[in-house]
Amino acid sequence: MGLDFSIVPKYMDVILLGCAWTIGITVAAALLSFFGGIVFAVIALYGPWLLRQPFRLFAWLFMGTPLLLQLFLIYFGLVQIGIDLPAFVAGIIGLGLHFAVYNSELIQTAILAVDKGQMEAARTLGLSRGEALRKVVIPQAVRAVLPPIGNNMIALLKDSALVSVIGVSELTLSAQRVIGKTYRPFEFYLLAAACYYVINLGMEWVQRRIERRISISR
Amino acid sequence: MTDTSDFVRIEHAQKSFGKLEVLKDISLTVERGQIVAIIGPSGSGKSTLLRAINDLDALTGGEIWLDGVQVNKTLPHRQYEKHINEMRQQIGMVFQHFNLFPHLTVRENVTMAPMLLKDLSKAEANKLAEEQLDHVGMLERIEYYPSQLSGGQKQRVAIARALAMKPKLMLFDEATSALDPELVDEVNQVMKKLAEDHMTMIIVTHEMDFAAAVCDRVLFMDQGVVVEEGPPEVVFKNPVKDRTREFLRKHIEGAK
Repeated sequence: MGLDFSIVPKYMDVILLGCAWTIGITVAAALLSFFGGIVFAVIALYGPWLLRQPFRLFAWLFMGTPLLLQLFLIYFGLVQIGIDLPAFVAGIIGLGLHFAVYNSELIQTAILAVDKGQMEAARTLGLSRGEALRKVVIPQAVRAVLPPIGNNMIALLKDSALVSVIGVSELTLSAQRVIGKTYRPFEFYLLAAACYYVINLGMEWVQRRIERRISISR
Repeated sequence: MTDTSDFVRIEHAQKSFGKLEVLKDISLTVERGQIVAIIGPSGSGKSTLLRAINDLDALTGGEIWLDGVQVNKTLPHRQYEKHINEMRQQIGMVFQHFNLFPHLTVRENVTMAPMLLKDLSKAEANKLAEEQLDHVGMLERIEYYPSQLSGGQKQRVAIARALAMKPKLMLFDEATSALDPELVDEVNQVMKKLAEDHMTMIIVTHEMDFAAAVCDRVLFMDQGVVVEEGPPEVVFKNPVKDRTREFLRKHIEGAK
């Protein structure tokens, strides 16, 4: 019995809905990881000791343990202390914080690489250190690391499949469910793979556009 | 109460890095509208002194006064931050390496601080930027990014950026040292124009001709002390101290 894609159209709506969830979760988590990454980088570099130390523990937790475990902790663990999050929210938070920590590492390095004269020039005009960071240093640092952040976002898209284990009907889980009904794993996993590929292309396109727009302004 | 009749007053400025004394008890006053050049060999402390005036490099001893207000007064951290940010708005500074903000256009470089710190509207800030850029002859390049400008053009924009804060005092830290020789003059012309507008300026420079032409007073510094001070025609033509003479001789030979 070979491949037979004639069954696909019947279940296409399920797969497309899965795609929509995957895209939604990825975009939300990507935004969280981007802005979270900036905030974490500032805390790690300039935060008061009382904030910096817990952050180091937090960063270690997110970099040193499996994302799957983190999702379990956020979804199943937090319920025990009365925080009952919807699965997709738990998924977005888990993915977002996980990649925020990675983005933060990139942004920290980039902040330290911004020429010292930039901070000096801003301070000389009368900006406070916070204003100088916000207006002068961080925008330059973030521009410098957009390509590697983009790579992290591609990884985030792929890892979004993990939120299927806490029951979010994203692309991978949707494919599994259809396979449960049709017993056609090859067709539907291939279809899911093709969907990921297309979403990936879309993300790369957006990324290139952002980078091009910003590279003009340098 | 310290005498505040002088516009800029530096009293017993002292700065050390560990055991190394970079500034040794320097006192200096500058009157309103005066232009003072600081010359001297590298490592003499002249840049450190200039950077102490707006507290970019904090002194380890001594006082800096501007227009009756002590710049480096002792205050609790938060209050001091507020105070120094206000003081710095009144002290423009131009750097050797321009330090324009590369992610912003010329216009945005000039409007950013006035909009943020003086609550100017966008329209007001734009008008201000256009005036200042026109003053330094850079109005045509207002929508350019710094990377699209020559060194001399960058420095003129940097001057406009500082002037947009309407400072009482301008500090120039070797403003032309990083420029190709043919671009030095356009920056010097802008500085001359400021002199004609009676801007108070303290200029660290290696350009003796410019200092002689524009400045009211010249300070020769070496090893953290002011060796000689006076009007340019005296310091350059008839220096009293041997060290000044030697420095000028070497410098003029070096320039040839």
